[in-house]
Amino acid sequence: MELQIKYYGMLAEISQCDEELLNFDGTTGADLLHFLIQKYPSFATKDIKVAQYNQIIDLGNKITSSEIALLPPFSGG
Amino acid sequence: MSRYNRQIILSEIGQEGQDRISRAKVLVIGAGGLGCPVLQYLAAAGIGTLGIVDFDVVEESNLQRQILFGVSSLGQNKALAAKSRLLDLNPTIQIETYTDKFDEYNSLQLLRDYDIVVDCTDNFETRYIINDASVIESKPVVYGAIYKFEGQVSVFNFENGPSYRCLFPSLPEKETIPNCSVIGVLGVLSGIIGTMQANEVLKIVLKFKGVLSGELLCYNAKSAEIQILKFSKSKSEIERITKKSSLVLEGGRSSGPSMSKNEISFRDLKDIDTVQLVDVREPNEEPKIQNYMGLTVPFRELESRLDEISRDRTVILFCQQGLRSKKAVDLLRKHNINNTLSLREGAYGLIKLNKIDNDG
Repeated sequence: MELQIKYYGMLAEISQCDEELLNFDGTTGADLLHFLIQKYPSFATKDIKVAQYNQIIDLGNKITSSEIALLPPFSGG
Repeated sequence: MSRYNRQIILSEIGQEGQDRISRAKVLVIGAGGLGCPVLQYLAAAGIGTLGIVDFDVVEESNLQRQILFGVSSLGQNKALAAKSRLLDLNPTIQIETYTDKFDEYNSLQLLRDYDIVVDCTDNFETRYIINDASVIESKPVVYGAIYKFEGQVSVFNFENGPSYRCLFPSLPEKETIPNCSVIGVLGVLSGIIGTMQANEVLKIVLKFKGVLSGELLCYNAKSAEIQILKFSKSKSEIERITKKSSLVLEGGRSSGPSMSKNEISFRDLKDIDTVQLVDVREPNEEPKIQNYMGLTVPFRELESRLDEISRDRTVILFCQQGLRSKKAVDLLRKHNINNTLSLREGAYGLIKLNKIDNDG
């Protein structure tokens, strides 16, 4: 299915866009991360949270929304 | 008092709300980009007791966003410089300053006297220590963090709600996430995020509904977009914290400097009665040591009072957190007084030692 993926923080720098449309064939949040790491290998070094319907999900959960947000931790202050 | 009139006339606050604000005790950890606006608004609103923790000094590159400071504060400790500015803004409140680094040794003690903790730090190590200490001490943490043009705000550990570790369970590998001094930050962003943190503090104090517990607010300064993402509590993460015997971070990594050969830990301090203890703090500094029998020589007086330092007994120097006492050891060794060691955990180490002795 076609997903609109929004990237936060340094993930947007790695992908060089704030959001993008991608075709995703997998099922879970973990599948999605695995899929994105193929596209952006440096995602593998980040602790990334996946959110759908404005809810951060366990990576084992099914992706059912077509709008996804991905976020890393920030530490600046 | 007319000072608080504009907020007292809000029917949701009133005199009762103002009384809550003036009874509140809030500890702000970090007086930098986030801490400055947090402190400014909380002091202005009349929070009765503000604690400020920062070991760093004001540098010129801070002035772009750290709005409590000016040219006259350059080189001063941030907690002390913030206090003098805030007392001008509102002399009716109590302000406590802590000029040592917040770490796994002093965290629990520092948190104990406050109702709410505000995390305004700039590094992951301290954020995880704040989180774990707050879970252990059952204190809510108002969290803010920034990255370039984006910010995050949340409230952790609020009325048994989720903690930072429920969101991000472990400390990231060092160097995978750069901080502001490396990548830069938009000054106004720290103002926006810090002001949102101050707002959450007031919501908690005033018992308003809608505290950002279990919710991570994500703000983008370029698009002016806000997205609030919900997240759940992880019981196993909370248990992992409460079962830990110490706050030393995973992998044995600690936020403090590693032990040097000029230092000693209170755990290795034997025969305390045979050593000379020297407190190098200023006389008014906390915590006080009960039944203290040693010398008190503030660091700045040390060089002029060398004759009081024992030459034949082991001399253990301590301060609040082991930084000044380390400098003191270096200074004494320059004068060929080599029988000296700095107490790694500072005054808190001595307090722990007293407790162990008293409890048998």
